[in-house]
Amino acid sequence: MTWTSPLTLFQRGWTRHRDQDRPIRKVVSNLPFEDLRKREQPNRQYEGNAIKTNKYRLWSFLPMNLFEQFHRLANIYFVGLAILNFIPVVNAFQPEVALIPICIILALTAVKDGWEDFRRYQTDQQLNNMPCFIFRRRLMCFVERRWKDVRVGDFVKVLSNEIIPADILLLHTSDPNGVCHMETANLDGETNLKQRKVVPGFSTLGEPFQPQTFDSTVVCENPNNNLNLFKGFIERPDKRRSGFGIDSLLLRGCTVRNTDDAAGIVVYAGHETKSMLNNNGPRYKRSKIERKMNTDVLFCVLLLFFMCLIGALGHAIWLETFSTMPSYIVPDSNGNYISSALAGFYMFFTMIILLQVMIPVSLYVSIELVKMGQIFFITQDAELYDQELDSRVQCRALNITEDLGQIQYVFSDKTGTLTENKMVFKRCTIMGTEYCHEENAARLAVINGGGNEEEEVTIYQKTKLPPLFPLEELQDDHTGHKNHANTQVAAASRRRSKVAAGAQSDMAFSSPLETVVVPDRKLMLEVDHQMASIQTGPYLDFFLALAICNTVVVSTLTAQRQRVKGRRNSSYSGSSSHNMGQWFKISSLQKFFSSMRFKRNRETMADPFAIDEDEPDTFHISSVSDSRPGQKVISSEGKDKRSLSRSEEVCYEAHSPDEAALIHAAKAYGFTMVERTPRYVTVKLPNETLLKFEVLDVLTFDSTRRRMSIIVRHPHTNEIIMYTKGADSAVMEKLGNVFSVESAAKRIAVRTQKDLDMYARDGLRTLCFAKKVISEQEFKAWFTSRQEALSAIDEKEERLMETANDIENNLTLLGATGIEDRLQENVPETIQALRRAGMQVWVLTGDKPETAVNIAYSCKLLDHEDLVFTFTTNKKSVCKMRLEDTLSEVRRTWGGLGLDPQFRGYNSTFTGPLMEPSIGLVIDGPTLNMALSEDLVEQFVELCKHCRAVLCCRVTPLQKSSVVKVIRQKLRVMTLAVGDGANDVNMIQAADVGIGVSGQEGMQAVMASDFAITRFKHLQRLLLVHGHWCYSRLANMVIYFFYKNVAYVNLLFWYQFFCGFSGTAMIDYWLMIFFNLFFTSAPPIMFGIMDKEVSDSTLLSLPELYRRGQHSEGYRRSTFWIAILDAFYQSLVCFFIPYWTYNDSDIGIFSFGTPMNTVSLFTIILHLAIEIKSWTVVHWVIMVGSVLVYFILTLAYSAICISCNPPSDPYWIMHKQMADPMFYLVCVLTTVVALLPRYTLRVLKGTLAPSLHLRARQLERLPSSCREQQIREWRGFRDTCISASLSSTACPSA
Amino acid sequence: MMASSYNAKEEDGHHPGLVGSGGPGAVKSKKPDNTAFKQQRLPAWQPILTAGTVLPAFFMIGLIFIPIGIGLFVTSNNIKEFEIDYTGVDMSSPCYNCAQNYSWNSTSVCTCTVPFTLDQPFESNVFMYYGLSNFYQNHRRYVKSRDDSQLNGDKSSLLNPSKECEPYRTSDRKPIAPCGAIANSLFNDTLELFYIHPNGSKIGIHLVKTGIAWWTDKHVKFRNPGGSNNNLSVVFQDTSKPVNWRKAVYELDPADPENNGFVNEDLIVWMRTAALPTFRKLYRIIQKKKDTMTPTLPPGNYSLEVAYNYPVRSFDGRKRVILSTISWMGGKNPFLGIAYITVGSVCFFLGVVLLIIHHKYGNRNNNADIPN
Repeated sequence: MTWTSPLTLFQRGWTRHRDQDRPIRKVVSNLPFEDLRKREQPNRQYEGNAIKTNKYRLWSFLPMNLFEQFHRLANIYFVGLAILNFIPVVNAFQPEVALIPICIILALTAVKDGWEDFRRYQTDQQLNNMPCFIFRRRLMCFVERRWKDVRVGDFVKVLSNEIIPADILLLHTSDPNGVCHMETANLDGETNLKQRKVVPGFSTLGEPFQPQTFDSTVVCENPNNNLNLFKGFIERPDKRRSGFGIDSLLLRGCTVRNTDDAAGIVVYAGHETKSMLNNNGPRYKRSKIERKMNTDVLFCVLLLFFMCLIGALGHAIWLETFSTMPSYIVPDSNGNYISSALAGFYMFFTMIILLQVMIPVSLYVSIELVKMGQIFFITQDAELYDQELDSRVQCRALNITEDLGQIQYVFSDKTGTLTENKMVFKRCTIMGTEYCHEENAARLAVINGGGNEEEEVTIYQKTKLPPLFPLEELQDDHTGHKNHANTQVAAASRRRSKVAAGAQSDMAFSSPLETVVVPDRKLMLEVDHQMASIQTGPYLDFFLALAICNTVVVSTLTAQRQRVKGRRNSSYSGSSSHNMGQWFKISSLQKFFSSMRFKRNRETMADPFAIDEDEPDTFHISSVSDSRPGQKVISSEGKDKRSLSRSEEVCYEAHSPDEAALIHAAKAYGFTMVERTPRYVTVKLPNETLLKFEVLDVLTFDSTRRRMSIIVRHPHTNEIIMYTKGADSAVMEKLGNVFSVESAAKRIAVRTQKDLDMYARDGLRTLCFAKKVISEQEFKAWFTSRQEALSAIDEKEERLMETANDIENNLTLLGATGIEDRLQENVPETIQALRRAGMQVWVLTGDKPETAVNIAYSCKLLDHEDLVFTFTTNKKSVCKMRLEDTLSEVRRTWGGLGLDPQFRGYNSTFTGPLMEPSIGLVIDGPTLNMALSEDLVEQFVELCKHCRAVLCCRVTPLQKSSVVKVIRQKLRVMTLAVGDGANDVNMIQAADVGIGVSGQEGMQAVMASDFAITRFKHLQRLLLVHGHWCYSRLANMVIYFFYKNVAYVNLLFWYQFFCGFSGTAMIDYWLMIFFNLFFTSAPPIMFGIMDKEVSDSTLLSLPELYRRGQHSEGYRRSTFWIAILDAFYQSLVCFFIPYWTYNDSDIGIFSFGTPMNTVSLFTIILHLAIEIKSWTVVHWVIMVGSVLVYFILTLAYSAICISCNPPSDPYWIMHKQMADPMFYLVCVLTTVVALLPRYTLRVLKGTLAPSLHLRARQLERLPSSCREQQIREWRGFRDTCISASLSSTACPSA
Repeated sequence: MMASSYNAKEEDGHHPGLVGSGGPGAVKSKKPDNTAFKQQRLPAWQPILTAGTVLPAFFMIGLIFIPIGIGLFVTSNNIKEFEIDYTGVDMSSPCYNCAQNYSWNSTSVCTCTVPFTLDQPFESNVFMYYGLSNFYQNHRRYVKSRDDSQLNGDKSSLLNPSKECEPYRTSDRKPIAPCGAIANSLFNDTLELFYIHPNGSKIGIHLVKTGIAWWTDKHVKFRNPGGSNNNLSVVFQDTSKPVNWRKAVYELDPADPENNGFVNEDLIVWMRTAALPTFRKLYRIIQKKKDTMTPTLPPGNYSLEVAYNYPVRSFDGRKRVILSTISWMGGKNPFLGIAYITVGSVCFFLGVVLLIIHHKYGNRNNNADIPN
């Protein structure tokens, strides 16, 4: 939570205001002004690099914290009551004592806030004092300073593996190409290296950097939080400008990799850096229950108002009955009596104070506690733990746990969520000829289907079994010279690698499964043939395109070594992401990142062996097994020195798994990309010659164009060639001369399209490759417009895209690839379970319809018997017509069954078998756009309601989120979105519950999500078990809380009828505080955290149980009113039985209150006991403990309070009562009478109309074999006979 | 459900995880501990509320409650209680004149004699109560209008009573002792009981005026200022009497120093404010006679002599004298006994209903099972 004090806010507002006058920021070097005073510094108005994320200072803690806390309505309510109590005519209690509850709550919150803030302060200090190198003119060199000393305009040098202290414009690197690599894992979780370039014109090759000669002005945009956008230019004294973009900016918090040193000028510092601006606090969402609860709190306010009104009127009327004032009506200090109307008016406020507990302020605190407990248990679930990633489920949103139990619509991404997102090169088609890569397929079949995980692991351990200890020795060798801390880190890394060693597959895009591609023999021959003969040709072009048309970064093994050393730093860098206030989250994320890094590390080191094994002839199964990750660590460590010397060994840092798969496929055919610099790409050909292409431009991928291109100059032919790769439609539409009569190209296109369709049917991801030879003139003309676009500041994106579209035309098709993305484990089962739980599952994907449909079938989203409507059209009228037709058809079908689809789920499940015609809908992006337009959206939504499955293909991230929004708003349903990539972020944020799958594509999705899981299958348990539990627990607890407060406070209310509505409390005020604070607070909280109605195994085997949450059956308005009614009844009983017992006796006020207090404690505790569904040790301890605490505390209090709390002073009252047998008789009778109705109704309902949950609970009592049979029958028939057979066998015991 | 042992102390908040210096076994993974608590697998008792399971409970409650109720009812019926209303509302009432003329300010003492007849003898100790109706001793401002520290003998509070006592805090610039509205409205009727011997002679009955307050009140909560200083008039010399009182606090019982001043039991009893507007307060105890043969109050004619000081007309109040014997359950109150019997019967009835339901329900199920 980045909190800013009002003071700093003001300051910032001030500076921002000034900045707005100049929408750009100008930065000049600080060096000429080094000795001047601060006032004369040119960059003085920019923030320094010291950060302060703590809210408070020592002196301001109390006032500011109080100020903060009084923002909460509940606290204001409390304070209002306390103030009211200080008004003598109104007060109900001792004013000082009335302050106690608010003081306790404020103090507790203050302690919590203070502690968190102190922790934040400590980290800030740690960060501010980290060392860095700043250039000083006087010394003419970089000197070591602290981070906090960095100012805008300073020149800072960052060494390899150091963390960047501020946002620095890169002006110099040690790399001859002016390149610097940066790892952004701390920022966005992406582990691949990002390349940064020196600002054009500043790459003074090889020369040492001389900041003192820097005399230009840096002009850039004002600070913003866009990590991917930055623009500006450097203006030299001679007015020459050179533009730069995000690829010249080193971001604070990132780590420099692979580069000895990098230096530049600081443009943003401290809180203005992009990483700090990106640091949003935890997300605050309000859950459905909470929204409902808030309206019920309003009902309580209303109720309170009426009760106070009754009190006020009652008092006034009561006073009116006296002609002369009797001796028990006390006049004011002057001896005068106020008028009865005025007295009634005052009494209204007194009543508010007296009955304040009616509004369950403590409910909010308790809910927070309960949710913390629920989150604790969710994260502790061993079933949701992923061994491979060593990660648990993460709860990032702290207050919507129970929403997990109410989901009605699930929107899922496909790639990486349903599938592994581990791309495996499967087939390709080149110049219209298909190469099916049988051998590769066979190998994959062995790995995938041949054996399950465990078998595989054992095989591998048999085949290659160096004992584990060499690993330690070697590691120690490497780390021996470092300090102790390093050794520990290394030890940790060792543990990690061992954990992962047992796992089947790995995180990064270069697991052996992807790296190893067995070349197709036929294609290999073809390539060899072309290589040998002409040195050029479509086949070579195809593989060259595969090898260079990407953004993969090559990193050498040397660099990897250094990254291992960098471990120590990364522990700092983790905390530099400043996600304060969320301590545990930070640390977990940080560990997560570092573990990811480590695995990558290990794999990339292992790469040489993968290459070794790439010779097709020597390939056999055992060689694959040799490349198993775990063992590879050992061997690569052992051969470390050797591999260092073999400098041509490379490993790839790919942005996307597709690229990794393709580049490895190219490598398999001998086309190895060995180096990539901004200027050149070097590819090693199968005949070991190196081709060094000059890169003229890269047109990067974007989701609108859906393709990328690279323009290079061929070293031999000097031709300018553009290689393009992209989605098939995106490339096909740009092909030249296809529509001409010329048959060869057309034939190729047609055949390729046929192959592509086949690939899609097989569920492969397709990419097309094309080539274009550009003439010098054409290129020159285009290049100038491109440069203009590049240096533009306004609408840069649009202009860049325009230029890209200008050149990407008249392409020549080379071929296409088919990449397989395997389904994750248990996806079909999970989808089925979610379905049976009443959730509608939608899949939204950017893939083409054929692929998506195929995946949908294989993951059981669609069934082969389903009626599938496919909507793909470009015309709105067609779309409209189809929508109407389909809708009427669907309506006919449903109408025939006479069922409203909205209510089919819950009832039909158990009323009998029903042949539901299931409808699937497939719709593609452009059509979806039309369907979501104003006039068609109603029909579309109506149709979707009838569909069992909806599949949206070719949708953009924005469309994904708009689909979610439309469904959420139009149908008023609870939605859940699950996704893994940056393209799912919109959707995740639009849904009620966003779930991020931490997978292959970085951490953006996880960062944006409310819950982060590692596998799709975890969704089942998260929703069906934890969601259900959390929902019913919280719903029950909230209801109980309302009941509890009303029941207790009504005792006081009934008493008003017997004390002239004078606001007397017959219970000592301290005991009333204790009652809420100690005696009855723990049980409901425990109830909210630990109650378990149905066990997890039953919930999983009977997903139908989930529907209760969907229909909000745990907490409805009726439930609330029933609870309130019950509370009224119970309070009446608790009041009137003692009343009739003690009427016309010599009992004193507080002696009268004692049995009532006791009785309501018993009633409230036992009421909960009726509600508690499973009693564990904890339950017993807390329930019995609460009663014991009551008696002990009350006895102790009344033993010492002789005149401590006038006027009640309950000295010896409790003892006296407890010595009286009547006390016990009253307590027992009252408790029984109070609880009898609820208990009896529960019993009758349980016997005559058992709910689904009750039957499920009865199932649990059966022996397991019997239970399984019952569940099968239940599923099979879903009718009444099951319940019959059930209860005949169930519950023989009491 | 398998019962794996759970040790709360070991698990709560404690992160196990081997933190060794890095042996091969020290894998510090984030894998959650597989303990019953954390995995929510604690052995649990899961009661299901159905007719079959709760039947015994209903019958049990019925079987226990009915005898208790009968016992209470019988006990309550055995208690003898006699109530005399001497408010004097009716013209025929002997105290009518006193009631009509009386106000707080009158100086003369109005007495009236109420004759009554006891039909049954009162065995053992007889408790004599005065009862007031419609007297809201539980009015909030009235309840607060006292100073417990002053009553506890605190010297400074004696001279500077709590503000809560306003407007009965000072009079004539002197602090009032005891201050406050409660003390000010102390019940000040004097009640005397005479047995009218069949031969016409009037025999006074000895009324014991101590032992009517709680022991703790008399000895701990209420204390005279000045400790053992017996000369209370000196102790209270700087204070003034409550405005409605006829005599100062140190003149409440000049005969018995142990019952004088703040520790006067009549005062103590009055100061323990009643919970409900209709209440009684213990006034005197008629001790059982030494020779156990004759009852404490034999049947016959009695007369109650009232020094009628306490005005109740303004609030439509009633004043009563109650003579009652006492059992372990206190005074006569049939309510609890009846309530117990009723609730016990209801439970028993419910038990029978549930039994029928259970029986029918079970049969239906069994029948349904067979054809399938």
